[in-house]
Amino acid sequence: MRVHPVVRRLLQAVVVLWAAFTLSFVILYLLPGDAVLTKLGNAEGGITATPQQIAAARAQYGLDEPILVQYGKRLLDALHGDFGTSVSTGDDATHMVLTALPPTFAVTGLALVLAVVLGGGVAILGTYTRVRAVSQFLLSLPPLGTSLPTFWVGLLLIQLFSFRLRLFPALGANGFASLVLPAVTLALPTGAIIAQVLAKSLRTQLAEPYIEITRAKGASRRRVHFGHALRNAGLPALTLVGVVAGNLLAGSVVTETVFSRDGIGRVTTSAVTAQDIPVVQAVIVLSALFFVLLNLAVDLLYPLLDPRVAVVRERVTADG
Amino acid sequence: MPGHPPSRFLRAAAPALALPLLLLTACASAGGAGAGDAGPPRPGGTLRLGISSNPDCLDPQQVSTNAALNVGRQLVDSLTDQDPKTGAITPWLADKWTVNADSTSFTFHLKPGATFSDGTPVDASAVKTSFDGIKALGAKALLGASYLATYQSSTVVDPATVRIDFSAPSAQFLQASSTMSLGVLAPATYKKTAEQRCQGEGLVGSGPFVFTSFKPNQEVVLSKRTGYHWGSPLWSHQGEAYLDKVDYKIVPEPGVRTGSLASGQLDAITDVQPVDEPQFSAGGGFTEPVRPNPGIVFNLHANVTRGVLADTKVRQAVSKGINRPEVTNTVLTKNYKPATSILGSATPLYTDLSKDLAYDQAGAEALLQADGWVPGPDGIRTKNGQRLSAAVIFSAVFNQNQSVLELIQQQLRKIGFDLQIQLHTNAEATQLQQSGNYDFLWYNVTRADPDILRQQFSTKTSNRSKLPAGNPLDTVLDQQSATVDAAARKPAAEQAQRLIVEQAYAIPVFELTQVLALGPNASGVGFEASSRLQLFDAWVSAS
Repeated sequence: MRVHPVVRRLLQAVVVLWAAFTLSFVILYLLPGDAVLTKLGNAEGGITATPQQIAAARAQYGLDEPILVQYGKRLLDALHGDFGTSVSTGDDATHMVLTALPPTFAVTGLALVLAVVLGGGVAILGTYTRVRAVSQFLLSLPPLGTSLPTFWVGLLLIQLFSFRLRLFPALGANGFASLVLPAVTLALPTGAIIAQVLAKSLRTQLAEPYIEITRAKGASRRRVHFGHALRNAGLPALTLVGVVAGNLLAGSVVTETVFSRDGIGRVTTSAVTAQDIPVVQAVIVLSALFFVLLNLAVDLLYPLLDPRVAVVRERVTADG
Repeated sequence: MPGHPPSRFLRAAAPALALPLLLLTACASAGGAGAGDAGPPRPGGTLRLGISSNPDCLDPQQVSTNAALNVGRQLVDSLTDQDPKTGAITPWLADKWTVNADSTSFTFHLKPGATFSDGTPVDASAVKTSFDGIKALGAKALLGASYLATYQSSTVVDPATVRIDFSAPSAQFLQASSTMSLGVLAPATYKKTAEQRCQGEGLVGSGPFVFTSFKPNQEVVLSKRTGYHWGSPLWSHQGEAYLDKVDYKIVPEPGVRTGSLASGQLDAITDVQPVDEPQFSAGGGFTEPVRPNPGIVFNLHANVTRGVLADTKVRQAVSKGINRPEVTNTVLTKNYKPATSILGSATPLYTDLSKDLAYDQAGAEALLQADGWVPGPDGIRTKNGQRLSAAVIFSAVFNQNQSVLELIQQQLRKIGFDLQIQLHTNAEATQLQQSGNYDFLWYNVTRADPDILRQQFSTKTSNRSKLPAGNPLDTVLDQQSATVDAAARKPAAEQAQRLIVEQAYAIPVFELTQVLALGPNASGVGFEASSRLQLFDAWVSAS
């Protein structure tokens, strides 16, 4: 049976979304306790809810029904885009996620731009320069960048640029100035990943026979480096988009906490802590949807950029 | 290769690494005029107040976390107020009240002239709607539900008089009527769902501030209620609040809270960590208002049906073997008091039992020795092959819990007692507590009324010690709940504290304390009787 590759990809995407939905439900269900117990246990200093109160609260939130019934209901609602109401905030789960996305995208977007500029710059200069010391220094930065704890970098930047120099605000989200520090914090590890992959594939390209031929034909060093090697090395870096996006989202949990910003990271951590199933599922399914679309876009774009790759072939991944 | 996530250790160490810098910052910050010489209060301006966690929900009737209660207190008025100094119940929305002999019926006479911010009057029928509304919330109003456990109905006697009836003696209700959990919301509020109210939608009170905006995880903004003139006579001034706006900034990272205050990005902060206190107590224009929480102090609540804790002498030895001042001096700060009863010193009808709670290592050892517990090869005592060991269940609601318990563990090791420390999530801890599957529970409860003892110890309520029904403690707990007359209530409340401490049903350790820090431009941020924030008298100087 022949299925059109695009249709097959879409079917895969649906399976991924369903798996994300189901796994998150099962994991949260298996954890000891539930959202009601957490909420009642969160009371200022252990005021006790009676077992009757707990049972009543569970009934209010439909947590007293058999697991399969709960799962079925949630799945049907989710198909209409309704993930239910958050137990801890009383807000609509989808609304919470959609409200938290823009501030997260603002930081991660700026961080991505900075990371590409920083990472790309380091990789290109590190492979282009003829001064060995400079090259070694530049190429030793990425491993350092990936190993610095984001948390610590964030606190350090706040210390220096907000508390001491008073250049940027330490908290909240008011305009561009408040984006700078969290974006830089997030850009360092991400830029390091980009630099590592790009430097590696640049070196691979520069050792290819076609480079020798181009040089023999009299192309300048700059032209060889930027015109040929970078163009071919840049493509594998594109497949990193998924990894980088995942990294940025994971990092935003830390940056949002340190910089007192609302966003998907904060919403996710508090929802997981509170075992707030509706919110966790909304986050996971909507993030999975985002990644599925991102990867689909990369897959569909790739053949246009690199004629050697046909849509039917499995994706090339960078060997970084 | 993608970068690996930072190790747990580094993440834990990060605040410590950043700390020296923070201290430098604090020293470098220029101190303005101290709050003491700030002159007379000035109306106007915004107080930027850093709080440590997201309030999640803004409806004071539904919430039970400090962060949310500290917001909700400013939005609603209560029938009564409570004097933080004496614990006495004083007028607020009601200027007089009468209580029947067995404390089952309370009649409140409302002051004229109070209105909700939608213009409707605060009358008897509004009070009835509000109380019925709290009852209807069920477990969603955890605190309210516990105060109104035996609530029967409210009756509109006339527009200015409302009678509230209970099916059992509820002396504690008089104090409960002063809390924000039983604060009065406008009838229109109940046209919205509980969930909408949580988000501030249609949340209309008669308080000195009105809700303006809520950005979850970021900030809550309240604005002055213009025309407000029915404040509690306990407050320092009458009329409207001083502040035009209160801007609660949610700043979860303690180091960022303190640094933001020191660098002038915030005017005041809550939840100052013990390690950060010296920055603001050393002057420089900063002030540090503190108040211990009333209610049940942090304690090791024993399940007397479990293992070695079934032996009263063992429990008494554990109590003698805990060096309370050492706990507060090493792990906490001088702002935290060692426990001197099961109730905190700020609780009405608290009794000083410090003699019974003095550190006495020799006495503890003698007690155990006489009881047949002899030291084994590892220093832990045994008796008939049973090890002198018990586990304590706790969650991290208070940041220093783990350090405190580790120190107690070391102290008890000296008398040959092995305390096992078990950290759980809130949900797990609640579940274990509900099932009775624990040796010791570690917790505190904030409540400015001795009835909190009945809530936790009576065999008719949660019975955390798992005592048999009809024990002497039950009797005195019932006695204190049957009368609002302090003179009549006092002996019963005192006897209850004495029984709990002497029998070591629960072993008190220290009093939770609220520690705030105010910048040079902020004054008058105060505490009400339950140690929640009261911002009516707060003001900021022109900066």
